[in-house]
Amino acid sequence: MSVGQIIKSFTLWEFVKAHWLTLRYFFKPKATINYPFEKNPISPRFRGEHALRRYPNGEERCIACKLCEAICPALAITIEAEPRDDGSRRTTRYDIDMTKCIYCGLCQEACPVDAIVEGPNFEFSTETREELIYDKAKLLDNGDRWERAIAANLAADAPYR
Amino acid sequence: MTSWFTGFLPFGWAWFIATIIDILVIALPLMLAVAMIIYADRKIWAAMALRRGPNVVGPLGLLQSFADGLKVFLQETIIPSAANKGLFLLAPIITFTVALIVWAVVPFQAGVVLANINVGLLYVLAASSLGVYGIIIAGWASNSKYPFYSALRAAAQMVSYEVSIGFVLISVVLWAGSFNLSTIVEAQKGLWGGWLNGFGFNPLLFPMAVVFLISSMAETQRAPFDLTEAESELVAGYQTEYSSMSFALYWLGEYANVILMSALNAVLFWGGYLAPINVWWLNWVPGIIWLFIKIWCFFFIFSWVKATVPRYRYDQLMRLGWKVFLPLSLFWVFLVSGFLMWTRVGFGS
Repeated sequence: MSVGQIIKSFTLWEFVKAHWLTLRYFFKPKATINYPFEKNPISPRFRGEHALRRYPNGEERCIACKLCEAICPALAITIEAEPRDDGSRRTTRYDIDMTKCIYCGLCQEACPVDAIVEGPNFEFSTETREELIYDKAKLLDNGDRWERAIAANLAADAPYR
Repeated sequence: MTSWFTGFLPFGWAWFIATIIDILVIALPLMLAVAMIIYADRKIWAAMALRRGPNVVGPLGLLQSFADGLKVFLQETIIPSAANKGLFLLAPIITFTVALIVWAVVPFQAGVVLANINVGLLYVLAASSLGVYGIIIAGWASNSKYPFYSALRAAAQMVSYEVSIGFVLISVVLWAGSFNLSTIVEAQKGLWGGWLNGFGFNPLLFPMAVVFLISSMAETQRAPFDLTEAESELVAGYQTEYSSMSFALYWLGEYANVILMSALNAVLFWGGYLAPINVWWLNWVPGIIWLFIKIWCFFFIFSWVKATVPRYRYDQLMRLGWKVFLPLSLFWVFLVSGFLMWTRVGFGS
């Protein structure tokens, strides 16, 4: 060790410099946002909580083609279908196990009628596991709740598809 | 207070009740202080990492610690089936108790001290050495490998740094001429022609103040010396198997120890309850306020270091303790005693 190094190590010079740096950071504005009260903007392509959409006349879009069920790599979707009284083919059961879902977005890519989509909502944590197994009613309800945001996002993304 | 109770009680009972009240007057605000200091620690740490820290529970997040305490209180205490049940539950109680009992000899103001014993500093050393038992017993009783490694590390670490702390304290005791903490504080009055209060302002004792500060961080197992709970290697160290209130007791005990070490830094080197500069309008401020300000400053330093310095490697820790601090403090005891012989006794006599 040279004399300079010895003086540096006994006066804790490196430590003093490091602490001066952190002290300046202490008074800097925060880099993080105040999360529950302010949120970052998200992309129109953001893949969040699932929703089943309806047409503007209230008819549900899903035609029970089961393409989403077929393509789902996590096997999270379960569909059962029957012809309705008016003869159109509709789902009697449409379940998504949100604990299995990997949010890859393949279901919404596969859907020919834009029925199943992943909306912008990512705050759907629950206290029990059972609540995360979504049935058709819950998904349709999500669709009604988020329709405005989902439609806006699809419109914003449409030119790039 | 004893004299007030003797009005209608026999002396023994009066003394007993008065002492219990004195203890509560120290312990209850201390618990509150621990809760607030955990919050402050998180806030300081967050600010230096450009984060916000807890800010949702209560105004500015001030009630965060109480929310955490309540949550922990409602949880189940899980005792591993392989653990030694009695020792397992005893260990956090030891840590917590030891963190509290040292406060008995800390002087809060001239004459305001629970136990004004004349070997106060020895009592401090003895009690803080007992703290390692809580950790060793936890490591042993958990019957799990990571807590056990952590306990071994804690034992080696605390023993190593207590040696140099002992020598640092000897140089303080030599200068003050007493083991009594109140006398040590009074001996720090009027350095530099009566202007400054505190051994830390003495250039001969200032290096010892720095050594004591660093050693006290190692003694409380705070970052950068928190190898006992190095989460990258040991999960959570000796606390791994603990949950609920037994975990909370460790948590409280750890922070009570941090406050205690801040207080000892203030009392031994920076004038305790004395104003740092000896002018009348600073002396007018009550001593307990000065002590609190100094404890707070030292706590800020503790947090600041935690936010700045990365964790030491274990061999570096041992090297610092045995190869740097021990020779340095030993040499300084020699230097200080030589200086005192020269100035106070004289070589001729």
